[in-house]
Amino acid sequence: MTPEEILKGLFDETLVGNAPAVLELTNAGLGMGMGPETLLFEALIPSLEEVGARFERGDFFVPEMLIAGRAMSGALEVLRPLLAATGAETVGKFLMGTVKGDVHDIGKNLVNIMLEGAGFEVIDLGVQVAPEKFVAAIEEHSPDIVGFSAFLTTTMPMFKANINALEKAGLRDKVIVMVGGAPVTQEYADAVGADGYAADASTAVRRAKELLKNRRALAKA
Amino acid sequence: MHTVLSSASKQVIIGDDQPFCIIGERINPTGRKVFQEQLRAGDLSAIETDVAAQVAGGAMVLDVNMGVPLTDEAELLANAVKLVQSLTDTPLCIDSSVVEALEAGLGAYEGKALVNSVTVEDERMDLILPLVKRHNAAIIALPNDEFEIPIDPARRLELTKKFVDLATTKYGIPIEDIVIDPLAMPIGADSLHADRTMEAISMIRDQVGVNMTLGASNVSFGMPDRHTLNAVFIPMAMRAGLTSAIMDARTPQVVTAVKGADLMLGHDEWGAAWIQQHRAKQAAAATG
Repeated sequence: MTPEEILKGLFDETLVGNAPAVLELTNAGLGMGMGPETLLFEALIPSLEEVGARFERGDFFVPEMLIAGRAMSGALEVLRPLLAATGAETVGKFLMGTVKGDVHDIGKNLVNIMLEGAGFEVIDLGVQVAPEKFVAAIEEHSPDIVGFSAFLTTTMPMFKANINALEKAGLRDKVIVMVGGAPVTQEYADAVGADGYAADASTAVRRAKELLKNRRALAKA
Repeated sequence: MHTVLSSASKQVIIGDDQPFCIIGERINPTGRKVFQEQLRAGDLSAIETDVAAQVAGGAMVLDVNMGVPLTDEAELLANAVKLVQSLTDTPLCIDSSVVEALEAGLGAYEGKALVNSVTVEDERMDLILPLVKRHNAAIIALPNDEFEIPIDPARRLELTKKFVDLATTKYGIPIEDIVIDPLAMPIGADSLHADRTMEAISMIRDQVGVNMTLGASNVSFGMPDRHTLNAVFIPMAMRAGLTSAIMDARTPQVVTAVKGADLMLGHDEWGAAWIQQHRAKQAAAATG
């Protein structure tokens, strides 16, 4: 196989969620001497972007998004240590959790899968995550973005409580805050002082990338 | 087991020997931007359309949810309850996770309401169940606790048993006023979700015997042709022991599937309701 065939194969097989083929092609590409960042940025990430675009258009459905993400994760397990060794700039680190008082996680897990698919390193703190736990995890992992998920109108006020806790710990300016969940709206996200909100998993990834890009541009300026 | 709900002038019975109880789900602003803006501005007019469409579609109970962020949900819910009761004699299911809103909604309600919902968490039960008792309402309970939404049907049964025990002994709620929601999860996220829910339903039917309901439309989230999936899922869950569902009563495909299942399960003697529905459709087609 030529490098072009590897890249095309990776793109196509990721798109249909064929995890064994994606893993095989990843190993084959590395065996041929292709760089891990080439495989990631020229095949895997574009494929997941296509999955996201099709999902937003209504041409792709939740299970297709899930299996594509899973196929990508398999390849990432192989690529991540190699990428770390090359010192290439990572897409970003995303710390995620369902807020205190709330145990819903289906939507959050979907967002995680799409974020990983976009190349983010995702650290998931699970459900019932108290403000102090978010603070401790931000100090430990220094993520670029922290995501708060809530499914209930009664647990949404934890967004504000979390943001207050970040401010108190002197971390608010060090991390981008995104919020989401079924009852959450853009207005609500604005009202609590979050940096970003998205209504679905695919949009969340796009928004995360935009926010991160703006932040990095500002940091360089 | 009969769960009896009522408005000022009408009674509805949920039970395993009754036609399936269709609880209309549409009076709910979640994910409806225009409706949210109207409600925030105090404009409740969209509710009238929703009520009429749901009742015409076959809703026997109407779920009323006013969960609009950044509003006084209690006041909004009380006003919505009054408005809906002025439009229809269909009993209501008062739906909020905000305790003050439930209290205001129940205060405004005439009759015996269904409350949606409580979880098996000590703190939530302590806040909500005395309220339910005081208003002589019925309550929907979700078998999840403060740690997880259990995937395992046996754990959902365990939490159901715990809830029924506590609600009846500690809080004095009659068992017939308890409706368990054994949790419908999206089939698109896991191919075994629906099967697990149906297993939980049959375990709860066999070992607890209370009435059950589901937020049935959840099952098809993220999938194409949701109506067909809902229309397949609800009759299967009915066979397992589901006695009501919170669903979109405006969708004839799903409502007709439920009516057909009523007939198949022996809840429509001689197919009288089924035949009558057929004639009504014929008559409507002839005049339309």
